[in-house]
Amino acid sequence: MNPAEVEEHIRKLIEPFNKKGIAVEDATTFAGDLEFDSLTVMDFVAAIEDEFDIIISMNQQAEIETYGQLVSAVHKLQDS
Amino acid sequence: MIPAMTETETTNEMVTGPVDLLAKFDPIIQTRETLLAAGVEDPFNLVMEQVLSPTRAICNGRDTILLGTYNYMGMTFDPDVIEAGKQAMEDFGAGTTGSRVLNGTFRDHRDVETALREFYAMDHAMVFSTGYQANLGIISTLAGKGDYIILDIDSHASIYDGCAMGKAEVVPFRHNDVEALEKRLKRIPDGAGKLVVLEGVYSMMGDVAPLKEMVRVSKENGAMVLVDEAHSMGFIGEHGRGVAEEQGVLDDVDFIIGTFSKSVGTVGGFCVSNHPKFEVLRLVCRPYVFTAALPPSVMASSATSIRKLMHGGNKRAHLWENSRRLHGGLTALGFKLGTETPQSAIIAVIMPDLERGAMMWEALLKEGLYVNLARPPATPAGMTLLRCSLCAEHSSEQVETILGMFERAGKAIGII
Repeated sequence: MNPAEVEEHIRKLIEPFNKKGIAVEDATTFAGDLEFDSLTVMDFVAAIEDEFDIIISMNQQAEIETYGQLVSAVHKLQDS
Repeated sequence: MIPAMTETETTNEMVTGPVDLLAKFDPIIQTRETLLAAGVEDPFNLVMEQVLSPTRAICNGRDTILLGTYNYMGMTFDPDVIEAGKQAMEDFGAGTTGSRVLNGTFRDHRDVETALREFYAMDHAMVFSTGYQANLGIISTLAGKGDYIILDIDSHASIYDGCAMGKAEVVPFRHNDVEALEKRLKRIPDGAGKLVVLEGVYSMMGDVAPLKEMVRVSKENGAMVLVDEAHSMGFIGEHGRGVAEEQGVLDDVDFIIGTFSKSVGTVGGFCVSNHPKFEVLRLVCRPYVFTAALPPSVMASSATSIRKLMHGGNKRAHLWENSRRLHGGLTALGFKLGTETPQSAIIAVIMPDLERGAMMWEALLKEGLYVNLARPPATPAGMTLLRCSLCAEHSSEQVETILGMFERAGKAIGII
């Protein structure tokens, strides 16, 4: 998948977790803007992992703060 | 655009002196002050002025039934356990003043490791200064950079800290979800080292892991398995070896972690294993090497206690009676519990929120009952829990008394 396709998939996956219906952009943060707690992060990450058949370890998650960073990380992981 | 103003502010901040490194804890200080301002006795500052037995103490001046101590088998006041400790202190002194690998291995350190090998029927045993250090040391030494640790999201802090110290890639899966574990195992790159870390009993909710299935899928996918049996030793499984024994998979578990600070009734941690290269860990495991060995009195008391636990059938049966009665009684009173059935000696009572949890905790303390108030981040899903851990030395009458206390306190606070 190219970055745009990856982004399209993730945008669908994030919907059920975006409880307040915030407009998600590249700079949107998970902890701050979307107010994800640790359980939500786990469920959201699991949904992405299952969709792309990848692993995003906690070490990698720690480096991902924004939506844009997530899309780029997933794009790299699915290629490797 | 206001760049000038921003610049001025930044400059001002730079000359205001060093950053207070404790400032990041201000929200915690605030939560605590709010709680105490409501007049609640401090749940995290209880003092036991006297300990009368494994189940009774004078706490903050009151005669109190202890229902939150992890003293599952009541070994803290066992006469043989105390006597062994006294004798070792007389014969070997108060402390070791040294590491296990230098001057800190005494006769009784070897003996307690022999007792553990007997208890678990395993080839190797290694004793650490605490259970926390056992997890920290074994996990960080087994799985290093480039290896993968697959663990239950609700794992104990000592497991997470061991992962961080070893710098392995950490892959969590949903609590007790066998399918989620299996999916993640299958996605790990070929050739990478894999360690699956599980617990027998999860201490917050008192629930048991489906180890039979989890160990099977771990082995099918080429992973080594470590199980922390801190909360099951002595009373789960035919020989009290824990949940892995009860579910018939102990032989497939590579490393069992345990503690002396629960059923054994002393302090210390350990790892037992049949791995032929296990002994090398004594040389390479930093939390084992770079800390002082436990005092000889603790080792002698622990060895005596472990050997007595091998023959603790009656106590074990009574502990289970207590667990069933308390679980059934609290359910009948209308409390919401962490498990539908009694699965261990821990019964978690779910509180609606921290405020009412703290009020209920205090009301119980005033009734003369001590339980653990557990709150995030220690608890799963942001829950506030009143955690009860039963003891084989609780009498049936004490359990009825406890239920009466819960009923009065629960009605007074409006939880039931």
